[in-house]
Amino acid sequence: MASESHANSQFRYMGHAMPYLPREGCTGKLIVIEGTDGCGRSTQAVMLKDWLEVQGYAVIDTGWTRSKLVGKAITDAKEGHSLHRLTYCLMYATDLADRMEYQIIPALRSGFIVLADRYIYTLLARGVARDADKQWLRDLFSFAVHPDLVFYLQLGVEDLVPRVLEAGKMNYWESGLDMNWGDDLYDSFVAYQTELIQQFNELSEEFGFHCVDARQDPRAIQRQLRRAVTGYLDSCNYSAAGRLSTER
Amino acid sequence: MTIMNSLLAPHNFPGKLIIVEGIDGSGKSTQLQLALRYLQAKGLPVFFTEWNSADLVKTITKRGKKKMSLTPMTFSLLHATDFAHRLVHNILPPLKAGMIVLADRYIYTAFARDVVRGCQRDWVRRVYGFAPRPDRAFYFNVPIDVSVSRLLSGRAKLKDYEAGMDLGLAPDLISSFKLFQGRILDEYSKITAECGLTEIDATQSIGEQQQHVRNLIDETLEDYRASAVSIEGRIKTVNDGI
Repeated sequence: MASESHANSQFRYMGHAMPYLPREGCTGKLIVIEGTDGCGRSTQAVMLKDWLEVQGYAVIDTGWTRSKLVGKAITDAKEGHSLHRLTYCLMYATDLADRMEYQIIPALRSGFIVLADRYIYTLLARGVARDADKQWLRDLFSFAVHPDLVFYLQLGVEDLVPRVLEAGKMNYWESGLDMNWGDDLYDSFVAYQTELIQQFNELSEEFGFHCVDARQDPRAIQRQLRRAVTGYLDSCNYSAAGRLSTER
Repeated sequence: MTIMNSLLAPHNFPGKLIIVEGIDGSGKSTQLQLALRYLQAKGLPVFFTEWNSADLVKTITKRGKKKMSLTPMTFSLLHATDFAHRLVHNILPPLKAGMIVLADRYIYTAFARDVVRGCQRDWVRRVYGFAPRPDRAFYFNVPIDVSVSRLLSGRAKLKDYEAGMDLGLAPDLISSFKLFQGRILDEYSKITAECGLTEIDATQSIGEQQQHVRNLIDETLEDYRASAVSIEGRIKTVNDGI
């Protein structure tokens, strides 16, 4: 599942295809922003979407648990802490499959830019942190469309911890308390986030993520993302249907 | 084609896992119930489980079916989620406790059905790679016409999804059921060879089939030692009834 160069940017799956869906005509682009909690990912995604739309690109945004089919069920199940690691991963896979078929692939077919706030890599990292089999996780999520560009907002655990604490987001799941690593919320949180960062770093090597230092000023990060996106879209001569002239 | 992980080798749990597969109307549930009586009467610790949706996904599947928004992939993944839940809650604990687990339908149901709906054969096998390999898997093979006549005499109406109505194979339920289940039979015969299921001729009389099933279960249990604790409990309940 190694990432290929920008030059042959054809629509393809990570591995196993959804065989009953036509592959032709998916001219859109899938851009992913990955990173741990507290790395400023969602803020960057919103800013990038705004900017792309100003440029005249049609953009839809997507993210985990936003499917109509199971999005709410995942949130509810997490509320009750009733998910085993297998059901956890399979529920998220169902969420992605539903979004893939009703949202992502149709948008790509219409020539949209699909901007994903987190993608399969988050689940690969969370799954491994929960001791699920690495190869099994890759096989499970192999029906995902291969992204055209993956940004990884990289943050060390020493920067991540204060940010998440400040945001008041140190909760049960983000602390990995389901894994019984200890009953201290803080200790478990640090251990879990450290493991996730380790997994993300390995995935970054394997899939060739575009790494961005998330300690920078948000505007500096955004400038970097915009430059990379422009470079990529130019390299594959992408222009959205009805794109506006953008001389400003 | 290789099957991943735990399906490759026998499991290491002290219990035994015996499962039945077959299309609707093959008589597999009847046979499993009779096997259950047989093992209970012997005083063995038995645990029965069937593939009924757990609450976790029941409401989702129901809503998805009603809106006809389920796709082959989401249908498959929801069932895999459901199976994982059942495995963790109803199959692994008794297996670990050294009980004999009798399961009405197992992963092969998904292998057959999901592929007929359009998922990739290899992908479906890999998704279920976490399931332990059964010690004995019976496949009750029955021709479509026999199954249809059994079903129609038994209950009033076939259900849309069992008949594969969502695939648009035929306009009416019975023709669609025959076409859909016919394809499932073809998949089952591939699976039987690939995964080493024990085929039982389900056109035989119930008694003949059960004799065969009991002989094979005895064979499977030859090296089985029930733990003292669970056996005592079981014998006590059996004697109470006499």
